[in-house]
Amino acid sequence: MDLATKAKITWCPGCPNGGILVAFREAVTDLVNDGKLKPENLVAAAGIGCHGKITDYLNTNTFTSLHGRVIANMEGIKMANPLLMVVGFSGDGDSYSEGVGHLVHAARRNSDINLFVHDNQVFALTTGQATPTTPVGFKGKSTPYGSIESPFNPLLFMLSSGATFVARTYALDIAKTKEIMKAAIAHKGFSFVDIIQPCITFYDTREYFKDRVYWIDENEPKNDLAHAMEAVRASGAPGGADAKVPLGIFYRVEQPSFEEQLYK
Amino acid sequence: MLFGSPTKKASPHENIFTVGIGGAAGDGAREAGASLAELLNDFSFEAFVSFDYPSLIRGGHNFSRVSFSGEKIHSDHSALDVLVALNEETLTIHRNELHKDAVVLADSFEKEDLERFGANAVVLPMKEFAQKIGAPPITRTSAALGAACYLLGFSLDNMKAVLNDVFKNKSLDANLKLAEMGYEHLEKLQFRHWKKLTPQRKEEAELTDGNTAFAKGLVAAGLDFYFAYPMTPSSSILHFLAKQQKEYKIKVVQPESELAVINMALGAAYAGKRAAVGTATGGFALMQEAFALSGMAELPLAIAVSQRYAPATGTPTYTSQGDLQFVLHSGHGEFPRIVLAPGDPKEAFACGAEALNFAWKYQTPVIVLLDRQLSESLETSAANPAKIAVERGKIAEGVPENYGRYKITPDGISPMIFPGTPGAVVKVDSYEHDENGIAIDEAEKVKAMGDKRFAKAGSIAKEMGAHNTIKVYGDKSSRDVIVFWGSTKGAVLEAAKYLAKPVKLLQIVWMEPFDAERVAAELGGAKTIIDVETNRTAQLAALIREKTGVRIDKKILQYNARPFDPLELAEKINNYLK
Repeated sequence: MDLATKAKITWCPGCPNGGILVAFREAVTDLVNDGKLKPENLVAAAGIGCHGKITDYLNTNTFTSLHGRVIANMEGIKMANPLLMVVGFSGDGDSYSEGVGHLVHAARRNSDINLFVHDNQVFALTTGQATPTTPVGFKGKSTPYGSIESPFNPLLFMLSSGATFVARTYALDIAKTKEIMKAAIAHKGFSFVDIIQPCITFYDTREYFKDRVYWIDENEPKNDLAHAMEAVRASGAPGGADAKVPLGIFYRVEQPSFEEQLYK
Repeated sequence: MLFGSPTKKASPHENIFTVGIGGAAGDGAREAGASLAELLNDFSFEAFVSFDYPSLIRGGHNFSRVSFSGEKIHSDHSALDVLVALNEETLTIHRNELHKDAVVLADSFEKEDLERFGANAVVLPMKEFAQKIGAPPITRTSAALGAACYLLGFSLDNMKAVLNDVFKNKSLDANLKLAEMGYEHLEKLQFRHWKKLTPQRKEEAELTDGNTAFAKGLVAAGLDFYFAYPMTPSSSILHFLAKQQKEYKIKVVQPESELAVINMALGAAYAGKRAAVGTATGGFALMQEAFALSGMAELPLAIAVSQRYAPATGTPTYTSQGDLQFVLHSGHGEFPRIVLAPGDPKEAFACGAEALNFAWKYQTPVIVLLDRQLSESLETSAANPAKIAVERGKIAEGVPENYGRYKITPDGISPMIFPGTPGAVVKVDSYEHDENGIAIDEAEKVKAMGDKRFAKAGSIAKEMGAHNTIKVYGDKSSRDVIVFWGSTKGAVLEAAKYLAKPVKLLQIVWMEPFDAERVAAELGGAKTIIDVETNRTAQLAALIREKTGVRIDKKILQYNARPFDPLELAEKINNYLK
């Protein structure tokens, strides 16, 4: 199926956002071909930031929101019509900074939506400032002497907020990213995927992540919260010299979704 | 007395009576006022009840005031004919609000109060009555209700018949017994009756507040979803709709913040559901960016904004009309919106229905501007229309080839399709966009899409001819004109009963778009124009000047977070009419 539009792609040439776009288009194509999704039932939403341009590049129903508000829009769409399959793209500035309030509540309410966060650890569209996942010491336009704020661990945060599907992938691994997206969409309830997406212009972490990312054993238990917390903690703070960065599905449990209960 | 003697046609104490009930928060003063008004309403009287309470749960002073009459009453009066004191403090706070023959009912009196009130002090052992029959202390107010019925000269049987209705589902037996005890207590004292009032009303009417009426208007116009975060004085819309949601077949959701409230509502609207939100002005301040998204993405939304005294937290439980200009200028950027300001529950119902219908007809946000006085005061109100037409708006027939959500049309209104429709791609965007909802920033395309949205403003303006954008009362030929809006309508219409001469009363209902033509016609040739508002900066007068060029110099402004008392207002107006 052709999910491309006529809009000109304005990401930097070589930007890993392109990998996320390709992975998503392929995931949707697979789901449609497998009879698991009717194209008209797909809604792709996005916030504001470099990631937000993705809606222009998807020939499907889209909702391009404000900075930080996409999760609330997605929840409204899903509860208004639970037959829709609602996917949202967001950024570390969009959902970890401006919209973090919506993130925690979408997780605890277990709204049946899928959030893919393009986590490039920097505000890129505004030309390079620190976000909540930027390491201490980062020198950007707003932190010329180095960032003094500790980054937070979005996966740990989501696990403790009640998210029922928590995963991390790497934008440069398109095949795996596609599989994670499909698994997230198949999950009933709030699916959270942090996508490490190096920003090649303002915070190029490709070299850093190249040798550090690894996929966790698929046979590890997925329904053990303590185990999942341990696993995502093991990653340490990205940016730490020795940190390894595990990828994969850390947690997946079945809980009644918000919409199921709303319509009970 | 709180006020001087206005030039009067009739003293309120001859044809209008006022009962005040005061106690600590948790004593049931509020409920007792509402029950008394229900009872009076069932006896075909006209009633108006205001509530005065601080923002706390227990211990503060709560006061309800019920004014009633045989004829239509638009506002309560501050001078009391009866004071029911559920605690000592009530006597202290309200002793200067008593009309000279006012009856004071209390469990007991201090010596100095007995001297002060003389024969009008009636010991009504409410607590003791409740203890005697083993009823909870909060029911004791029913003894005062019974006493009031005695004063009004109702028969005991009639009172019991009506109370059966008022207290159905609410500890009926205890309340009935206590009312009877209160009635018989005054009977035994052979206390005087009031002058008899004759109800004029023939039609059925209900006692309602502005928030409930507004909510019913939304439902009548096909509401699907209501989103709100609790905030006084808008919360009772949330409470009412939450309670009734199964009966009305609607969904009511309380998200994490006002930002989530409005954004969820916009998501629901995108998916084709008729959504409304409600908040106070502080909460609306938090919604600003998404309010503009509603305008930009052309997502229909009805919004109730109830004013309370501000800035910031202000006085949460007290009223104001200080946010007219804020609401008119809300949201960043330029886009069409509709702002309606009802003045009583009947208008609140109509505006609730219109808000949802206009939002969908014009795919733009519609604000209904309320205030605490209108939101929470109870008023006898004629029945609402049995049926309201539900306007679904312009929906595309089938799926047009190359469908674009923002197709440019002569009236600016693009046919809607909702996601889930086979063959259609529906893209909405907070960026400026082309007809297909793809982001653009080229000068010509930007202008074309802005022009399209503002074509809707032209279509909305044409709507004005078919609606009561303004209302004129009183002597329509008078060259003395009083202008007002919102809940101040009640005080002005009530004050008009006590004016030195007949005047024209002009209520502005539509704030945006503003019906400059009609307003200018009503004000043209006026000798005296008086602007009446409960704010400091005469925001309506500013709007009238902006839209019509008419300058209003005479202003009666009150900004102590309280509504006008009709007699005080009448006196101020009379001073200008001299």
